[in-house]
Amino acid sequence: MAATTETVEQVRAVTEQKYKYGFTTDIESDVAPKGLNEDTVRFISAKKEEPEWLLEWRLKAFRVWQEMEEPRHWAKLSYPPIDYQDAHYYAAPKTKDRPKSLDEVDPELLKTYEKLGIPLREQEILAGVEGAEGKSPAIAVDAVFDSVSVATTFKAKLEEMGIIFCSISEAVHKCPELVQKYLGSIVPYTDNFYATLNCAVFTDGSFVYIPKGVRCPMELSTYFRINQANTGQFERTLIIADEGSYVSYLEGCTAPQRDENQLHAAVVELVALDDAQIKYSTVQNWYPGNAEGVGGIYNFVTKRGACRGRNSKISWTQVETGSAITWKYPSCILQGDNSVGEFYSVAITNNFQQADTGTKMIHIGKNTRSTIVSKGISAGRAQQTYRGLVKILPKAEGARNHTQCDSLLIGDQCGAHTVPYIENRNRTARVEHEATTAKISEDQLFYCRQRGLSEEDAVSLIVNGFCKEVLKELPMEFAVEAQKLVGISLEGSVG
Amino acid sequence: MIEIKNLHASVDGKEILKGIDLTINPGEVHAIMGPNGSGKSTLSYVLAGRDGYEITEGSVSFLGKDLLEMEPEERAAAGLFLAFQYPVEIPGVANTTFLKSALNAIRKKRGEPELDAMQFLKLVREKTKALSMTDEMLKRAVNVGFSGGEKKRNETLQMAVLQPKFAILDETDSGLDIDALKIVAEGVNALRSPERSMLVITHYQRLLDYIVPDHVHVLAFGKIQRSGGKELALELEKNGYAEFGVNEAA
Ligand SMILES: Nc1ncnc2c1ncn2[C@@H]1O[C@H](COP(=O)(O)OP(=O)(O)OP(=O)(O)O)[C@@H](O)[C@H]1O
Ligand SMILES: [Mg+2]
Repeated sequence: MAATTETVEQVRAVTEQKYKYGFTTDIESDVAPKGLNEDTVRFISAKKEEPEWLLEWRLKAFRVWQEMEEPRHWAKLSYPPIDYQDAHYYAAPKTKDRPKSLDEVDPELLKTYEKLGIPLREQEILAGVEGAEGKSPAIAVDAVFDSVSVATTFKAKLEEMGIIFCSISEAVHKCPELVQKYLGSIVPYTDNFYATLNCAVFTDGSFVYIPKGVRCPMELSTYFRINQANTGQFERTLIIADEGSYVSYLEGCTAPQRDENQLHAAVVELVALDDAQIKYSTVQNWYPGNAEGVGGIYNFVTKRGACRGRNSKISWTQVETGSAITWKYPSCILQGDNSVGEFYSVAITNNFQQADTGTKMIHIGKNTRSTIVSKGISAGRAQQTYRGLVKILPKAEGARNHTQCDSLLIGDQCGAHTVPYIENRNRTARVEHEATTAKISEDQLFYCRQRGLSEEDAVSLIVNGFCKEVLKELPMEFAVEAQKLVGISLEGSVG
Repeated sequence: MIEIKNLHASVDGKEILKGIDLTINPGEVHAIMGPNGSGKSTLSYVLAGRDGYEITEGSVSFLGKDLLEMEPEERAAAGLFLAFQYPVEIPGVANTTFLKSALNAIRKKRGEPELDAMQFLKLVREKTKALSMTDEMLKRAVNVGFSGGEKKRNETLQMAVLQPKFAILDETDSGLDIDALKIVAEGVNALRSPERSMLVITHYQRLLDYIVPDHVHVLAFGKIQRSGGKELALELEKNGYAEFGVNEAA
């Protein structure tokens, strides 16, 4: 290697080591040819051996999508045009049958999960070894690798309680009535450009059904990993909480470092029936691109929950640290009387990252309540926008919303913007909005450093303090990881 | 311990410190008094390594090392502590979390083992009690909503936990009620030892009744104008700073 290339490589290694999930797995994959047309849709559906109704639904969506325009005007994001023909819409690690023991699992897959820091016992389970499941698990995992779910753990144990936790492709065969009833019932196939595209080409994702009166005894979690180059990831998650049930669900995501941008357009639908509760937490750490703004994931996600039943509750908690671009508005449709919607968000953008994120709370039923706490942190040259809609419909007597929206700026080249939309059509409803913008002050940094903390630790501490209200909403197991992530994402943001 | 020689420092092109000479030996307590705006806090910031000060001349050696070359956190790890005149608020960060991170960061830099949660809690509880502070204050965010006196007490607590070799107390007595003053002074005195030195900045000789200094210096116009023993403080209290050309009305 020539001296200069070597230097370049070294510099690269040093500057990029901050994203520790940036490695790629060398694994044999089954990949659809590049491009997007009806054949691509049929290819995916055939791969999944889907029933006719689902293929028809996909095709309807695809036809609608072809007529749609990318929403490029209202969001405060800028990026070059995406060539939707220049990507693969399906990639799956080649496997024969479900592996029976650890030795049969592709060692590269095993290594991947090891590197991702998933503990060994859990990792054994992740790789899909039957019988390795522990006695008292705290968490069950569905691992989605590129376009497919490679394994779901603790299925059997959950099934004893009537809980269904599996990949959505599996659910299509296992409980078609449920899937057919609810798929697209919250986010219809005509919803928006990215969601409609997802309907046409979604490949996998998780499915959860919690039966009446059951409190799910462990955290359910999906771990998304994009590995293959030039692949879009389109997963679809559907969670149904039947009457009086409860579930806490977490998704985590990472992707290798690549110089080209990769598209991720997921759809998540939640339904909570009478007295049911869904707590949905996200730790999103897709590759954000390098310090110069090259590469990174385009994250265009539609997440929506319907509080269909009386006294139902849906909470979204998100920690968004990754992606080059984030476009995401987890929403709650509060149909049932007394239903509750919550949105707790920490979004961190550093270097050239852009995020336009927020929530929508649609109050339909009586005495519906919603709480929004959004903490945005911008560093480097990042741009961040909070965009939130609170809509109170005429019948939502006594509805209440409280929104707290705080921005923290690090340095003076980044930006934070707050765009609240409030539509109140009921006079008995109360809507409150508070917003603040602050900077990490020199005083705070010096105070911390005088006490012995390095500048980076000081920033991490101050930012964690700023986000505390949101971080405390995360399930215990993930709170610590999220705190660390907050620090890592801001490395190099000061000094 | 620390040797300051002909130290000149300016802010925004304005010279504030105009040739400070001060040597503090291990075990000594020095007091600095002086009119408002004379440069006392500036001296403490320069010693602690705050950004924004330009050192135009002079040198500072701390335990044999060139202090001015070190980052603020390195100075802290080397044993320098500054009790701030205006302690800073850090919303959302619990006092205990802050203190534990600080203590462990310092221990790590020194190559000492970090304290686990239990060990730390034991240590901090003990110190809190000695300063008549409540556990409730430990749980609250750093200095947020603390009264003026509580903030000063909190600074003293941090000092007691971090056990510095050289502590600068910048008006730690202002804002304290009479009882608190005694408690804080006891806390400070408890730290006095032959290996530890202190620089106490104050406007009131009353503090020096409790923390009896070995030397008293008068800082005015960016220079040490006069040095003496404890009796100098009494004299200043009586006559003010007129003798040093400071207009009392100014
Ligand atoms: N950033 C700055 N720009 C201009 N002048 C400054 C700056 N910082 C400090 N000064 C000036 O330097 C001088 C010394 O300030 P310093 O805070 O050190 O005084 P002090 O002796 O601690 O006073 P006090 O007894 O009121 O605490 C003051 O005149 C102050 O206005
Ligand atoms: Mg001062």
